[in-house]
Amino acid sequence: MDISSFYGFLGTDTTDFILRMIIMVAKIAVVIVIALLHVAYSTWFERKIIGHMQIRLGPMRVGYHGLLQPFADFVKLFFKEDIIPSSGDRPVFQLAPMIALFATISSLAVIPFFNDFVIAKNMNVGLLYLFAMSSLSAYGIILAGWSSNSKYAFLGGLRSSAQVISYEIALALSLVGIMVLSGSLNLVEIIEAQQKHWYGMYVVVQFPAYILFLICAFAETNRTPFDLPEAESELVAGYFVEYSGMRFSLFFMAEYIAMIIMSCIAVTCFWGGWTLPPVVMKALPFLAVVPGLVWFLLKVYCHLFLFYWVRATVPRFRYDHLMSLGWKVLIPLALANIVITSIVKFLF
Amino acid sequence: MLKKKELSINMGPQHPATHGVLRLVLELDGETVVKCTPHVGYLHRGTEKLGENRTYPMALPLTDRLDYVSSMSNNIGYCVAVERLLGIEAPARAKYIRTIMAELTRIANHIVWIATHALDIGAMTVFLYSMRDREWILDLYEMVCGARLTVTYPRIGGVRCDIDQEFMDSCYKFIEDFPKRIEEYETLIDQNRIWLQRTVGVGIISAADAINWGLTGPTLRGSGVAYDVRKAAPYDAYDQIDFEVPVGKNCDVYDRYRCRMDEFRQSISIIKQCLDKLPDGLVLASEAPPYDMPIGKPRVMPGHPMGEILPGELVEEKVPFDELYSATEVPKGELGFYFVNDGTARPYRMRIRAPSFVHASVLPKLCEGSLVADVIANIGTIDIVLGECDR
Repeated sequence: MDISSFYGFLGTDTTDFILRMIIMVAKIAVVIVIALLHVAYSTWFERKIIGHMQIRLGPMRVGYHGLLQPFADFVKLFFKEDIIPSSGDRPVFQLAPMIALFATISSLAVIPFFNDFVIAKNMNVGLLYLFAMSSLSAYGIILAGWSSNSKYAFLGGLRSSAQVISYEIALALSLVGIMVLSGSLNLVEIIEAQQKHWYGMYVVVQFPAYILFLICAFAETNRTPFDLPEAESELVAGYFVEYSGMRFSLFFMAEYIAMIIMSCIAVTCFWGGWTLPPVVMKALPFLAVVPGLVWFLLKVYCHLFLFYWVRATVPRFRYDHLMSLGWKVLIPLALANIVITSIVKFLF
Repeated sequence: MLKKKELSINMGPQHPATHGVLRLVLELDGETVVKCTPHVGYLHRGTEKLGENRTYPMALPLTDRLDYVSSMSNNIGYCVAVERLLGIEAPARAKYIRTIMAELTRIANHIVWIATHALDIGAMTVFLYSMRDREWILDLYEMVCGARLTVTYPRIGGVRCDIDQEFMDSCYKFIEDFPKRIEEYETLIDQNRIWLQRTVGVGIISAADAINWGLTGPTLRGSGVAYDVRKAAPYDAYDQIDFEVPVGKNCDVYDRYRCRMDEFRQSISIIKQCLDKLPDGLVLASEAPPYDMPIGKPRVMPGHPMGEILPGELVEEKVPFDELYSATEVPKGELGFYFVNDGTARPYRMRIRAPSFVHASVLPKLCEGSLVADVIANIGTIDIVLGECDR
C-alpha cells in the first residue's frame, strides 16, 4: 500500500497531518508528565495537610519541608524487588496495574485545562468517555484482587467491584442535570454554556447534584470514608496487598490521578473550569490578566484538599451501609434532580 | 446444584487490627461471618510459672509485662494481693498515691483504647490526638519513677518513692486541661453519623450473657451491670473517694464506648479528690519486704526502713500456709491474683485472672452472624491486650 495514500485517507495534506500528529503527541507527553508531577506533589500535599491536621509535621527530612519526598519515594519504590505470588495468575497480575493506570491517564484526554487546551478537542462524548474510563479502571482493581490468589486481595476486589458498579450509576446520573442545562457532553461546551449565565458556575443551580457528585467521586476513587476495598484495618491493604515496588506504585498513581480527574470533572462541570463567573469579571476586570490555568489549578487543588480533609475526619463506612446509601439514597436523589432540572429547563 | 463453601480467612496473628498477636479464624459467607474461632497463646511467656520461681517482691516486675499499656495497674493489683496475703497494711499516703497512679493509668489505657478503636473503624485523626495526650501521662510517670512504660513503681506495702510538689502541680494541670482533650475526641466521633452506624446495635451482649461469659470492667458495664471492684471490694483509697460507676444501656459497642468516655471524667474526679486529700506520712510500710530480696539466701539490707534485718527469714516467717484470691479493677476489667502458699517466700502456685483472656473468649459470641467490619469493631470494644491474655 502506498503510504501517502494512507495519509491521504486521513487528511488532504500529508505534511500538515504529520505536523498535527507531532503537536498532538507533544501535547499528550506534556499533559502526562505534568499530571504525574501533580500526582507526586499531591501525595506530598496530602501528607502535609493530614499531618498538620493531626498535629504532626508530615515529611520534613528530604529537602526543605520534605519537598523532595515524592522523588525519594519514587526511587525507593523503583528499586524494590518486584514480587509476584507463586500461586498467582502471572500475566493477569502484571496486567492489572497497567489497566488501572492506563484507564485513569486516558481520562486526561478530554479535560480542558485552560482556554481550549484539550488533547481531544472535538470529543462530543466527553463525559461519557470519562465514565467509560473510570469504569474501566475498576477492571484493574478486580483483576488485581483475583490474580493475587490471596483471600484478602480477593475480598478487596469483590468489594471494589460492587462499590464501583453501584456508585457509577449515581455518579453518571448526578451529571445528567449538567448535560440537560448545557445541552452537550463536550466539556469545553459545558464550560462555554456556563459562561452564558451571569453566575458562570452550575454549582449555583445544581448544588444538590454537586454534593451527590462529590459523594460518588469519593466512592469511585476508593477514598475515605468509602475506602472499603483497601480498608487496612479489615483487609490489611485490600486488592493490592500482594503488590510491591513499581507495580504497587502504579496502583498508587492511578488512585491519585483518579482523584485529580474527579476534581477536574467537578471543576469543569460545576465550577466553570478555567473561567471566572462573568459577574466577577465585570466587577474586577483586572483579573483577566491571570491565566485561566491558575484558576483551574486553584479549583482543582481546593477539591483535592477536600479529599484530604475528609480523610482526616471521618471513619469508614460498613459494606451494607455503603450499598444502602448508594442504591436507596443517592440514586433516587440523582433521579429526582434530573426530573426537576428537566421540568425547570422546559418551563423557562 | 452448586456446592456452597465458606471462605476461611486467618485474621492475625499478624494483622493491623488484632491488637497484638490475636489470631481469629473466620469462616465467611460473602461478607458475613459464619464462624469465628479465636486462637491465643502467641505471646505466652510463662509469667505464672516465672512467678512461682521468684520471691514475692521479685515477681513484681513480671506484672508490668502483662498488660503493657497499663503496667501501673497490674503492679498495684499484684501488690494489693501480696499485701493481703502477708497481712501488710500500706500507709495512707501510699494508698492515695497508688489510687492517683491507678486512675492515671486508667486514663492512659482508655486513651490507647480510643486511639486503636477509632483507628480500626477508620477515624485516623483520633489516634494521633489521643497518642499526644498519652505522652502527658507517661511524662507524669517519668516524673515519679523515671520509667515510662514498665514502671514497677508500687511496692508491696506502699510505693517506691514519694511524690514531690512538681508532680502535684503537673498533675493538677493535667486534670484541669485533660477534659478539653476528651471533648476533642468526642467532637471527631461522638455524634459522627458513620461512627454511630458502625457502633450502635453492633456487638450486642445482654447483661445475663455478659455475666455468664465472665466479662468485667467497662465491657460488662456497657451491658448495664454496675459491677466494679473499686466499689464491690474497695482497696487502696477507693473507700474514701466519691465516684460513680458509669453504665450503659443498649449493650452495644457504642454504649461501651460511652462508658469508657465517662470513665475518663470519673478518673479525673478521683485524681482530683486524691490530690486534695493526700495525707502526709510514710510511703512504704515499715514491715514491707525489701525489693531485691534474693531467693533462698537472706542478707543484710543497710539503709532499708526495716534496718538490718534478714529479709528472707522475715518473709518466710510471716507467710502463712494459705491460699488467697485478690481482685483489683484494672482499666480492662477485674485483674485477679490467686496464690497458693506453702509457707516459703515463693508462691506454690500463682494464677493470674486476666480480663483480656476472658474477653477474647467472648469474640465468637459477638462476631458470629455479623459482618467482617463488625469483627474489627468487636475486637476494639472488648479492649484486649495479648500480653495479658497469653501471660
